[in-house]
Amino acid sequence: MYIASINFGWNLLMEKTLRTFKKGGIHPPERKEYTEDLPIEEMPLPSEVDILLLQHFGATCKALVKKKDEVQEGDIIGDVEKGLGACVHASVTGTVKAIGESVHPLMVSVPSITIERDPEAEEKQYKSVDWHGLSKEELLNRIKRAGIVGMGGAGFPTHVKLSPPEGKVDTLIINGAECEPYLTVDHRLMVEHPKEIVEGIKIILTILGIKKGYVGIEANKPDAIEEMSRAVKENSKGFDISVVPLKVKYPQGSEKQLIEAVTGRKVPAFGLPFDVGVIVQNIGTTKAIYESVVFNKPVVDKVVTFSGKGIVRPANLKVRIGTRVKDIVDYLGGTTPELRKVVVGGPMMGFAVSTLDFPITKTTSGVLFLTEEEIDLYEYKPCIRCGFCLEACPMGLQPNEIGIYVEAGKLEETTQFGVFECFECGCCAYVCPSKRPLVQFIRIAKMKAKR
Amino acid sequence: MEKTTTFENHLLTVSVSPHIKSPVTVEKIMWTVVACLIPPLIMATAIFGIRVLIITLISVISCVLTEAISEKALGRPITIKDGSAVITGILLAYVIPPGVPYYLPILGAVMAIFVTKHLFGGLGANIFNPALIGRAFLMATFPVAMTSAWIVPKYLKHSADALSSATPLFIVKHYGIQALIQKYGSLSYIYKNFFVGIRPGCIGETSAFLLLLGGLYLIYKGYIKWYIPVSMIGTIAFLTWIFGGEHLFEGNPLVAILSGGVMLGAFFMATDYATSPNYKTGQLIYGAGIGALTVLIRLKGGYPEGVCYAILLMNGFTPALDSWFKPERFAPPKGEKK
Repeated sequence: MYIASINFGWNLLMEKTLRTFKKGGIHPPERKEYTEDLPIEEMPLPSEVDILLLQHFGATCKALVKKKDEVQEGDIIGDVEKGLGACVHASVTGTVKAIGESVHPLMVSVPSITIERDPEAEEKQYKSVDWHGLSKEELLNRIKRAGIVGMGGAGFPTHVKLSPPEGKVDTLIINGAECEPYLTVDHRLMVEHPKEIVEGIKIILTILGIKKGYVGIEANKPDAIEEMSRAVKENSKGFDISVVPLKVKYPQGSEKQLIEAVTGRKVPAFGLPFDVGVIVQNIGTTKAIYESVVFNKPVVDKVVTFSGKGIVRPANLKVRIGTRVKDIVDYLGGTTPELRKVVVGGPMMGFAVSTLDFPITKTTSGVLFLTEEEIDLYEYKPCIRCGFCLEACPMGLQPNEIGIYVEAGKLEETTQFGVFECFECGCCAYVCPSKRPLVQFIRIAKMKAKR
Repeated sequence: MEKTTTFENHLLTVSVSPHIKSPVTVEKIMWTVVACLIPPLIMATAIFGIRVLIITLISVISCVLTEAISEKALGRPITIKDGSAVITGILLAYVIPPGVPYYLPILGAVMAIFVTKHLFGGLGANIFNPALIGRAFLMATFPVAMTSAWIVPKYLKHSADALSSATPLFIVKHYGIQALIQKYGSLSYIYKNFFVGIRPGCIGETSAFLLLLGGLYLIYKGYIKWYIPVSMIGTIAFLTWIFGGEHLFEGNPLVAILSGGVMLGAFFMATDYATSPNYKTGQLIYGAGIGALTVLIRLKGGYPEGVCYAILLMNGFTPALDSWFKPERFAPPKGEKK
């Protein structure tokens, strides 16, 4: 009893002293219990994959193969000719069945290469090499050839992100916040592969030529904090890496909020993290960097959380890039009769889809199968001017006014409320008691207003 | 703005993120406020008799009916279930004396709901607090009833005379605080009775304790913030202490905040979402403004009590306060105001 109360007091104190961003934020239900304790499971190889030629921020790749070509797992089958982008690889060994279009959760449809897997093909083995003697250029080249992009969702090509202007960056932050409800991918990766992630951090620090790295992890993942702390302690000789437990508050994992929480620096509006000397990398990306450098392994697979009450068996599944969600759902026992909404990504910022015919891409972190009780189906009402959204907005904007102006058709005038600083975290719409579709209003305003 | 599409046997909903929303709805907030306003009504019925319950019921029914008719007439969706008109009805009854004729709240309700709320655009769009405009209208049209229909509360032991049913603020204004102490016997007896709610006054304003309880619950739930009540009550106490006595710094702040409509106004009227500023800086100034105007009216004005007009005057300031005191931007672009 006595010890329990000391423990409680200690936890309370820790909670108060945890680092976090200052302004706004909300506490949505976490709903991570469905998958947080499930070890990463490898799905048997699918018979077909659809490799999208646009899985990143930038230009669409050009197909480098023809129909009926034989391809090996790891072959580059698409690359950008010029401009920003990242190459794509065959994620299985087999034959090119078609070059056409595939359903994309956001962009309706994009060009893709369909590969029929050769069931007889042997599993590809990746051999490890010592990376310590490699030059910065070679390290970056391996990352580029592996087609690595930011796996948190934005899909910015990693080799470009890791080449900031000389001398601009002094700090690396690894984003292990995973503040979106339901998602447990980064959590499981940190618990199961802490050493690989620390090795990845060392590779990134070497490329950047700096020593200081932080791993920010929300305090609702104590096992991940423990495993990462141990791995950092045992393996980070020569570098200054520390694990930073963060307060559980959404959107802790947003780049600007994370940088403020960890370093106290504020990225200016329309600026980039390196404007304040920081680069942020996602946990999954860091692991992929490790694999690309140490094993010469390109991005051919991805761990994805499948969760929600609408799927028979929730899981943290390692799947090949290009695997169709429909096939994964079959593997997981199908959907439940109560399924009402399918969301790609987290429930706060993810996209609702109307079909399961789309493939997994490098940036898919989760697919949620939500039932009526898990989602909102409220009708929206007029703004009652309660001001909840002003308290919730982490950017200090005025979502209430933006919504009212959009309804009145005054789209151009919404810039005075900072509409372009909005990164659509959804805090405002979450807290709105009138259930107003504020993110939707803001997107409409962004389409019409001039920056 | 949702679309449904079929996928095998499922009807899938497709809408813009976020896909989960807080369980707090307008209805939930409004009905919680109604629940917080019930204990003072029970107290009022106990001390003033069953007629205050009837007045409150008439007021609520008139407000709900006026809301339905106004919405029908103006072609708006009927929203009487959201609890907003019920709150206005309760508050309107709470700010009129217990002895008024039964038809008074009906007239007040029409003024509050039709004119003040719906002619200005309906829920969330009104500039002035509907219940207080209702009271101000009744003050102007039925001044005698509104300033003399007091009832001596049961359980109150004080000297019986011509001032028995007069409100404490009336006595303080015209005869001074010593007269009040004399009448009630002692200051501690005043504090005790005013805190519990056994004193003459408007129907719902007497029990500081029950109003405080309801207000604190709303703050605990996050439905209202502490900024307005604290700055309003604090300003009244502070300014009364300075200017409320015969000499400077001799006023009694506790009697000032326990009498009149301070508690009811601070927690349930000044905090009205539509008519108060949206953000904390504006709310602090707004609360302080109400406090200062209340003390000014009490000490210098023609009425013993000033909370109603103070709130209405500051309602008019709300749009200005909102445009002057905006949230601090995270890190605005260079050259733009924070």
